Amino acid sequence: MLFAYILKRLIWSIPFLFAVSLVAFALISAPPGDYVATFAATLAQSGDVVDQARLEALRERFGLDQSFLVQYWRWITGVLRGDFGISFEWQQPVADLIWERMGLSVALAAATLLFTWAIAFPIGIYSAVRKYSFGDYVISAIGFIGLSIPNFLLGLVLMYVSVVHFGHDASGLFSEQYQQAPWTWDKVVDLLKHLWVPVIILGTSSTASLIRIMRANLLDELHKPYVTTARAKGLSEMALLVKYPVRLALNPFVSTIGWAFPQLVSGSVIISYVLSLPTAGPLLLQALLAQDMYLAGAFILLLCCLSVVGMLISDILLAVIDPRIRYR
Amino acid sequence: MTLDTRQHPSTDQASQWRLMWWAFRRHRLAVFGLFLVALLYFIAAFAEVLAPYDPDQSNARAINHPPQALHLIKATPDGGWTIQPHVIGMALKRDPITLATTFTADPARTVDITLFGKGTPVKMWGLFTIERRLLAAKVPGERFYLIGADRLGRDMLSRIIAGTRISMSIGLIGVLMSLVLGIFLGGVSGYFGGWIDASVQRIVEFKLAMPTIPIWLGLSAALPQDWPPTWRYFAITVILSLIGWTELARVVRGRFLALRTEDFVTAARLDGCSQLRIIFRHMLPSMVSHIIASVSLAIPMMIIAETSLSFLGLGLLPPTISWGVLLKEAQNVRSIAEAPWLFSPGVAVCVAVLALNFLGDGLRDAADPYAQEGR
Repeated sequence: MLFAYILKRLIWSIPFLFAVSLVAFALISAPPGDYVATFAATLAQSGDVVDQARLEALRERFGLDQSFLVQYWRWITGVLRGDFGISFEWQQPVADLIWERMGLSVALAAATLLFTWAIAFPIGIYSAVRKYSFGDYVISAIGFIGLSIPNFLLGLVLMYVSVVHFGHDASGLFSEQYQQAPWTWDKVVDLLKHLWVPVIILGTSSTASLIRIMRANLLDELHKPYVTTARAKGLSEMALLVKYPVRLALNPFVSTIGWAFPQLVSGSVIISYVLSLPTAGPLLLQALLAQDMYLAGAFILLLCCLSVVGMLISDILLAVIDPRIRYR
Repeated sequence: MTLDTRQHPSTDQASQWRLMWWAFRRHRLAVFGLFLVALLYFIAAFAEVLAPYDPDQSNARAINHPPQALHLIKATPDGGWTIQPHVIGMALKRDPITLATTFTADPARTVDITLFGKGTPVKMWGLFTIERRLLAAKVPGERFYLIGADRLGRDMLSRIIAGTRISMSIGLIGVLMSLVLGIFLGGVSGYFGGWIDASVQRIVEFKLAMPTIPIWLGLSAALPQDWPPTWRYFAITVILSLIGWTELARVVRGRFLALRTEDFVTAARLDGCSQLRIIFRHMLPSMVSHIIASVSLAIPMMIIAETSLSFLGLGLLPPTISWGVLLKEAQNVRSIAEAPWLFSPGVAVCVAVLALNFLGDGLRDAADPYAQEGR
């Protein structure tokens, strides 16, 4: 039964992925003028001689004079073979540029998700069990403020504090000596040392909203008759809490992974730019501003795919936890 | 709703709106939020009078001028004192070697401030010229900087006030647009059901699966850079509302599905009302309160989105002034370490978002007839 559900859900995501790729391509081909024209303008600006024949060859190669659908077909078949086209700004295949950055983006988002859960879970339970206590009010107030401060502003303030008061630059993900170094154990340790700043900044608002979700869910469960029954039978408060209401309250919690993870990945775009992290964000932004369409398209496509996969994972997890969903 | 009947003897006769207002009033934070939101929109409406100076007027002698505190009591030469709002003047010093400028307080020089004094004339709402400003220097031509000045010597206070108009209105207009889309699609989907519902729901699901920020960035990057500011403003609002309508559509659809089988709707149908009349005359009014609550929660999201986009240089562009455009100046560590008051538009963003969130939360609780006391 579970297997059938997963299979059905997997098949469902194929048209989704197709639509997503179509949107991504439509987005990058939307700007007026094609990328060869931009390229020619850049060349002319730097004083190079613009070779018309070469431009024509480029147009030919990417099929820019063809219709939208033909262009899309060329692009998507290339992507399926692992060829994302060429970044004209970097003069390199896009595939060489994106993977490490996407990897770091995913690592950042995963670390943030873990952090968010580790903080939001116990605090949410505390906040619900000790409703209207002083601690609950403090948590709610902090939560509201956390929700209302835009991420990038928090990043700026943290950077300001660390530079002015501690004389330490909080930006970046690696120390200088590791920036270009190949991956070693030391580099991973170095990454972990730098990762906490963006994790906290990125995680604040989702932690705040998760605490509120957890609190509301648990409050709904705490007054149900089965809790009274368990208490009447003499179960200790702690065992009772963890065994029944928390498990049920976890249900909507799990369904948030679906949007939380992709939201974190896409939310990190702005934060990465502010803190100049070597993740997908700054490069995507730069590519969009320079109309480097294949590079931007690859990032947008991959970020969209991550969202679809995130939805898939959360649906499957929900089906595993809650049998009712499988039979719907 | 468990209203205290002793306090409101007329609970059984009060209209739905009156009941909502009573429930809302008990929510202290929400009332405070309402007050702040009203204040912000007041500032947005009367920006020209409230801003002490022209927000675009630069001043080479006031580059990165630090904020001056407003003093109320002033000593008179004969040893007494009077109430006269004023700021302590600042003297500009330039280091002869590094050419770095520093400002030091110069107690000998003060700038007196009056209410509704004369400032530079400005077109109010583009209609008529006014000269009076809420705060103005007593001696025309003298300048004061209550929150400092930026790298071109423009008054930050005036710029933030001017930005309030754009930032607060872009949220409102964006929400109105997504409301129209959301009500239309959500309503159609919930009212007709069947395959229409299924296809609209697929679109909504697809929209929710898309990562918002990269899509936003992509759409805004596609806007031509040479568009006039007003076009760009509307294009950005449209982009924001294109992303924001799904949440509203879900709310509306849910309400329609629930109401469709209610007795009063069946009665209207049996009476031979047209479908349009049923939707707009009978069903919509009973969900207005919910819609208002979700709208007030959607505005802050739009404000944050506009601010983020403009901050990245993909939203509104100078010379348009919005909080996001102002924050773009605070982008690198060096400039904010030198002039921390460049953060002040960020404070405005936080206040606006917080106030709207409180207001929306209170409205949502007040609009929910099943809300229990003290939950």
